[in-house]
Amino acid sequence: MNNNVAIIDYHMGNLFSVEQACRNVGLNPIITSKQTEIENSDAVILPGVGAFPEAMNNLNKLNLIETLKKILENEKPFMGICLGFQLLFSGSEEFGNTKGLNVFPGQVKKFPTVSSTKSKIKVPQIGWNQIHPYNSQKWKRSLLNGINNNEFMYFVHSYFVETEDDSITLTYTEYEGIKYCSSIEKDNVFASQFHPEKSAYEGIKIYNNFANSINQKD
Amino acid sequence: MNHRIIARLDIKGPNLVKGIHLEGLRVLGSPEEFAEHYYNNGADELFYQDVVASLYERNSLDDIITRTAKMAFIPLTVGGGLRTIEDINRVLRAGADKICINTAAINNPKFIAEAVKVFGSSTIVVAIEVIKQSGKYLAYTDNGREYTGVDALEWAKKVEELGAGEICLTSVDREGTGLGFDSDLIKNVTTSVSIPVIAHGGAGSKEDIEKVIVESKADAVALASILHYDFVRKNKNPLATKSEGNFEFLKNNSVFKKINPVSLFEIKDYLNAKGIGCRFLMENTNE
Repeated sequence: MNNNVAIIDYHMGNLFSVEQACRNVGLNPIITSKQTEIENSDAVILPGVGAFPEAMNNLNKLNLIETLKKILENEKPFMGICLGFQLLFSGSEEFGNTKGLNVFPGQVKKFPTVSSTKSKIKVPQIGWNQIHPYNSQKWKRSLLNGINNNEFMYFVHSYFVETEDDSITLTYTEYEGIKYCSSIEKDNVFASQFHPEKSAYEGIKIYNNFANSINQKD
Repeated sequence: MNHRIIARLDIKGPNLVKGIHLEGLRVLGSPEEFAEHYYNNGADELFYQDVVASLYERNSLDDIITRTAKMAFIPLTVGGGLRTIEDINRVLRAGADKICINTAAINNPKFIAEAVKVFGSSTIVVAIEVIKQSGKYLAYTDNGREYTGVDALEWAKKVEELGAGEICLTSVDREGTGLGFDSDLIKNVTTSVSIPVIAHGGAGSKEDIEKVIVESKADAVALASILHYDFVRKNKNPLATKSEGNFEFLKNNSVFKKINPVSLFEIKDYLNAKGIGCRFLMENTNE
């Protein structure tokens, strides 16, 4: 039987392509904001595009904060994408200061609009950028297995994560002279700033590896 | 920065079409077949524009969007005839990642801010279609058909202020001609706004693409004829199946003299050799 993956719908952006990517690798996606459906699924994806404070607000209203924290702490495979990656950290400076899910220590910060060399930086970063191994040991054991070091992935974001715990950092990416953490992996949790479901064949490999990691749990 | 190479597909009814100055549309084939080819050959994005949507107030693109989004896992932008928040919602639900507005935005600039508030700035692209008249760059609507008198540069700044995430800047004068991008127009806009600008209209060779990135500071380029003719040339049996439109071009297999068709691979190889950042397909060494 196909594994059920709960794609959390908390009204933060379009879920179409995440759903399609799951189907493409043989998963059975369920778009849901119901606690029980999320708890009963074989794996969980937290996607999301939009503003950090609104996202936390929506998760709170849907009573999903504790549900998510529990899942992040147990063994269920979990994938966070874009805003769903940022929300795992302590907090964001977007519109003042907002607390995140605080699973990992770190802050979400806005890209400056002027670089250290005084040139103008285009924000948001929209486009393809490379993911470099932060810790080359980690790469092959992660959901990036089978993907080239320094591969291109698709990014859309104005804010980036500054981690306080290097041990979880899987890749870093450089945008206009700023080096930042572009993905993390720890135990059951993989999360990325880039969109694997928009990163062509290489991105779909991540979904494939995710599907395999769920099978290994069975 | 890595510059995006975007495959632009103009759609009329069920067909991929291509015009000159956005007019005189010729049928090239099935949009999805072209889209799939570009996806497999390293296109960074796909851009569907329903070229007669504003004219006939119709929205016929949804099925094409859905079929494309199920097959191509790269960003898909869709424009043409989007007038309301509900229109945008529908296209996003069909599978688009970003939407592009022009006519509705000029007629009611507040619509940009409204759309940005609902969908976020990175979802909203504003198209500016420009015709040069008496030395002035003016923005037109309805796929380059309707005069507005709006100054293109002032409008670009306003579009940024209203929160749009990107500008797709078309030179209607150059569109489909292969005479090269309008470098002054593109440069004027890229140096006046801080949001990404997609240069569109006029690419006739890979050198034109290099030039608009290096000299006019375009963040991305949208390409149509130069890619379409390459694909048609290499696939002698034209793909057009549906009934609507002018097929003469396909039957004759003719290509405009000013356009040197080139593939996405060749463009990216060329840009990389020139030291211009862009995504390229790597040989897999990690299997």
